[in-house]
Amino acid sequence: MFKIVKRKEMANGTVILNEIKAPLIAHKAKPGQFVILKADEKGERIPLTMADSDPERGTITVIYKVVGKSTELFKSLEVGDSYQDAIGPLGQPTHLEKVGTVVCVGGGTGIAVLHPIAQGLKRAGNRVIGIIGARTDDLIILEEEMRAVCDELFVCTDDGSRGHHGFVTDILRKVLEEETVNLTVAIGPVPMMKFVTEITKPYKVKTLVSLNPIMIDGTGMCGGCRVSVDGENKFACVDGPEFDGHKVDFDQLMQRLQAYQLEEKESSKAHRCKLDL
Amino acid sequence: MADNEDGTETKTRVAMPEQEPDFRRRNFEEVPLGYTQEMAIKEASRCLQCKSPTCVEGCPVEIDIPAFIQLIKDEKVDEAIKKIWEKNRLPAVCGRVCPQESQCEGRCVLAKKGRPIAIGNLERFAADFAREKGIEEVSPKPEPTGKKVAIVGSGPAGLTVAADLIAKGHQVTIFEALHKPGGVLVYGIPEFRLPKDIVADEVESLERQGAEIECNTVVGMTVTIDELFEEGYGAIFIGVGAGLPRFMNIPGENLVGVMSANEYLTRANLMKAYLFPEYDTPIPKGKNVVVLGAGNVATDSARTAMRLGADTVRIVYRRSREEMPARAAEIHHAEEEGIEFLLLTNPTRFLGDDVGRVVGMECIKMELGEPDASGRRRPLAIEGSEFEIECDLVIIAVGTEANPLLTRYTEGLKLNKWGYIEADPETGKTSIEGVWAGGDIVTGSATVIQAMGAGRRAASSIHEYLTRNGRASKSVES
Repeated sequence: MFKIVKRKEMANGTVILNEIKAPLIAHKAKPGQFVILKADEKGERIPLTMADSDPERGTITVIYKVVGKSTELFKSLEVGDSYQDAIGPLGQPTHLEKVGTVVCVGGGTGIAVLHPIAQGLKRAGNRVIGIIGARTDDLIILEEEMRAVCDELFVCTDDGSRGHHGFVTDILRKVLEEETVNLTVAIGPVPMMKFVTEITKPYKVKTLVSLNPIMIDGTGMCGGCRVSVDGENKFACVDGPEFDGHKVDFDQLMQRLQAYQLEEKESSKAHRCKLDL
Repeated sequence: MADNEDGTETKTRVAMPEQEPDFRRRNFEEVPLGYTQEMAIKEASRCLQCKSPTCVEGCPVEIDIPAFIQLIKDEKVDEAIKKIWEKNRLPAVCGRVCPQESQCEGRCVLAKKGRPIAIGNLERFAADFAREKGIEEVSPKPEPTGKKVAIVGSGPAGLTVAADLIAKGHQVTIFEALHKPGGVLVYGIPEFRLPKDIVADEVESLERQGAEIECNTVVGMTVTIDELFEEGYGAIFIGVGAGLPRFMNIPGENLVGVMSANEYLTRANLMKAYLFPEYDTPIPKGKNVVVLGAGNVATDSARTAMRLGADTVRIVYRRSREEMPARAAEIHHAEEEGIEFLLLTNPTRFLGDDVGRVVGMECIKMELGEPDASGRRRPLAIEGSEFEIECDLVIIAVGTEANPLLTRYTEGLKLNKWGYIEADPETGKTSIEGVWAGGDIVTGSATVIQAMGAGRRAASSIHEYLTRNGRASKSVES
């Protein structure tokens, strides 16, 4: 059992932070790696890239968006409650080295995954420019935390309720025009990552993306998380979750993420009916 | 009870009763229902009790088959099970999933007449009898040796190593990457062939004998082999099983609705997706399902798809019926349940709709040419014979490759060119002192009982090693 020691609602309750006691995982976890959580006996195995880990407290932190039955179930867990299973750390950690100037682009809950990577890149001696965005002001998460690890931080909202009125890609384009960028890291919704890679491509700036495809075991057994990278199948769980964004087939990834759309609706409906009783 | 006057041989094997095909094809209950004691005695009475029994030679763990069969015949089932336990800790499992026709039963002298003793059925009978009557092995508790052994993977190899070493007085901890112990017995083999309660019982029995099981531990990631040694384990056995599923590498393979048998079966078995939405993990319910491959994993997938309500399920295989690697009994069961076989047929590409879901498959007809390296006739495509079939779910069951997770993070562990661990076939010893390996991570995909045999040999080697000295400390190693 893996006890929740801290819980926070963010972005109007649409995003949840859980700090979870998992000493073995906390001891090993590095930025960019993920864990699989399962709430109870009948639950799904849900992969989540970690937002933080603290070997001294023996805890890991995940920040997730509530999107369906399983994340609704996760949301219902309070401090003191436990996840039945936590497996990790899984996947390859981000390669953190000094390359010069790095732009870190984050969207939605992707910002949570981006934060430890931006921090690691800063500590490695890079100049880090952060660009984070969400639909509206109240959906922006971890702004202060990102500001603390970035040399410069830009905030964007789709509706203009805060910072730049528009997309993260608008700012990214401007930055690429104005200075030499050595690396871009983009983590967020798949369409955002896709557009970021399209923008950086003509500038020949290497662009890392962190993917979260559907998977079961997370240890290379099911092959559900396969992603086409440079025309070759890669398993996000053992080869990723980070890949060279210029080589990823994002359209295929988006289609594959829709695989269980109908089932997800059915499951959420069944869950809500139970809650209403 | 026997038909013959001398009581040795009835004309035919006693068939095990089964659920009717029309009924069972839509449920997940076990298909064969088990012998009654009367049936078991009748079948046991056919055994000739050979002086030098060839059946034992065919058993990878060398169960004293004539002895336990005689005990069943003598109505001493509680002793029969103990006789089996001397060599095999998982008889309820092996009685169900061992390929007896190519092992013990294949070597039975009566096999020549086409009616070998139903050894598997009798083994299952004895094991189920023990389960129902709550018979436990009460071996005298061995003197603790104070040595600790780590076992990586809780599949058939790991469970066997654990049982053998506990019996010698060693302390064992089994590390399992998934959230439930049992390995392939839990995630791979379906409920209708191996009820999960049986696996759970076997695992619990091991725990009662003193085995510790740590689930959710991915050795290589959560903890490394070196760290296990630092924690005081004197020996380590690696039995992590098969890994990455193999795909066809043909166009359209990443369409939604095309998946590996590993994924399909793990959803169904480990995650109990056949009970969705009571359980949260979904599984695609295809109307027209195609399974590629013809081994037991393919028949398991096809029969699962039928049980999930498919209208048609077709197994597509590039060779002919004779070359199908699945057990004859499984092919027979599948056929009875309405599964079709599209033989001498190979897929060339998958066809999708505008949202990326599979809607069909293009195939080409094959013919058999000269024998290839495997001794089987090589399938050759017949030019211009392409045709399309409709399908909304494709399950790929063409084998697996070595899992790189543990091996990638274990320095000094010698692998062969396919990424499997190099281990001495006699002892299971690897290139690292104090580390043994066995099962699919050494041999590639094989059977439950072969993995158990490897576990048995490794356990004996580990015991000898621990008794003699134990692992030298790092400084004096080289």
